[in-house]
Amino acid sequence: MRGALGLYFRYISINVKSMMQYKVSFLLTTIGQFLVSFNVFLGIYFLFSRFSSVKGFTYSEVLLCFSIMLMEFSLAECYARGFDAFSGMVRKGEFDRIMVRPRNEILQVLGSKFELTRMGRMLQAIVMFIYGISVSSINWTPGKAITVVLMIISGTVLFTGIFLIYASLCFFTLEGLEFMNVLTDGAREYGKYPVGIYGKRMLQFCTFIVPYALVQYYPLLYLTGRVSNPLYIFIPLPAILFIVPCYALWRYGVRHYKSSGS
Amino acid sequence: MNKYLSFFRLRFIMGLQYRAAALAGIVTQFIWGFMEILVFRAFYTANKAAFPMTFTAMTSYIWLQQAFLAFFMAWFMEEEIFDAIINGNIAYELCRPIGIYEMWFSRSVSNRLSRAVLRCSPILIVAVYLPRAYRLSAPKGWLEFVMFIVTMLLGLLVTVAFCMLIYILSFFTISPQGLRILFLSCSEFFSGGVIPLPFFPDRIRAVMELQPFASMQNVPLRIYSGDITGDQMIKAVLMQIFWLCVLIGVGKQICRSVEKKIAVQGG
Repeated sequence: MRGALGLYFRYISINVKSMMQYKVSFLLTTIGQFLVSFNVFLGIYFLFSRFSSVKGFTYSEVLLCFSIMLMEFSLAECYARGFDAFSGMVRKGEFDRIMVRPRNEILQVLGSKFELTRMGRMLQAIVMFIYGISVSSINWTPGKAITVVLMIISGTVLFTGIFLIYASLCFFTLEGLEFMNVLTDGAREYGKYPVGIYGKRMLQFCTFIVPYALVQYYPLLYLTGRVSNPLYIFIPLPAILFIVPCYALWRYGVRHYKSSGS
Repeated sequence: MNKYLSFFRLRFIMGLQYRAAALAGIVTQFIWGFMEILVFRAFYTANKAAFPMTFTAMTSYIWLQQAFLAFFMAWFMEEEIFDAIINGNIAYELCRPIGIYEMWFSRSVSNRLSRAVLRCSPILIVAVYLPRAYRLSAPKGWLEFVMFIVTMLLGLLVTVAFCMLIYILSFFTISPQGLRILFLSCSEFFSGGVIPLPFFPDRIRAVMELQPFASMQNVPLRIYSGDITGDQMIKAVLMQIFWLCVLIGVGKQICRSVEKKIAVQGG
């Protein structure tokens, strides 16, 4: 286990070093990431300057919701980016090389890419989070702080799981499937509002099928004081279980992998 | 002229080949459109009076936007052109007895057209048969429909002319990445890609409507459902023509000066 971690950090440091060779490009891409999510923020700002609240959620509450979702997403994207580029790895037959090495495949795929540029998005999320907290009227208690931490951890795991599905499907299709974007980019894009505003059906889907609501809507209800049951603190935790079927799919894919490279 | 038409035809047929990708794209855009409608529905129920358009105009706006995404999204740019500039293949294109601006222009237009042709009809058909609250309604009248088609084509040309500026400016920087993101995120925001222009406060909107970005998707999508009518419509069309001429003029001018002192990268 310690060897694996050491190897992983070694991969990361190589990735970061190689990225730092192109400093200007790195800086510009990071700024670009910032700008793209800044657009989304401006959209929210102007909508709320017109409507003031949506289904009872105020501007500051939506900002909190959006910033936490964005943090989860950019953390997952930062280190699980290797899954995103996985279709290329399968197509070029690079996965064969990975399989002959005496190390875990996931570790190597994760190590193949580390996107530090996603920090642009992360920065945006942190700024919004601080701003959201300062204008909101939430009474912070230790329980609520723990809720936020659990939301971020579980959400990151959840998004990692979705990236893992995306990669696993490449074993069968060779090509990345565009509609998987709905679950990743779509969730980031529409997760800026609490899932509850999309209606009951969407809430059910996001609770039982892909548990976004567990890391977003329900804990937010607790944070904003709409419910006071302390059990809500731990509601993000079950979302971590989502990774289990994703991992099973990955194992299945690895077992059925046929080399396609040239 | 003929040679640019054949470039156009070639690209168009090529674009029609990727049907599986188109299918996946259609499903994605459909879900995207649906989510977008749910968002605006939530805002609509929150405060009907503050909603700047009728809700049917809003749903039509969203479905048409999704169906003709390939027309107006500036970020559908061609990697091949950027690659040619970076790796030096541009030298071959410069050898040909054709204008590089015209060639890339016709190529981009046909790429976007073929993409939209493959993708629009399934989205439009499904959107027409949705339950009343979510459906794409008929255009307001014949005049609006004709003007919708005309302004949509103008909007497509303005979008392409804007993208041409990005291609040409990347001759000056070795890594076009940063320039590209900056231009694209501006155009997405100011053209009404994040939220439609009527949702902005009046003062800001007045400034935005003068920009070239407002001549892209904003005009046709709002004419269709009667959100822009009468004098406003005529003014919007004139703005489109004005910006099209300016963008093409500026683009060609820069292109000519670039061609004179181009340094080919790589080998």
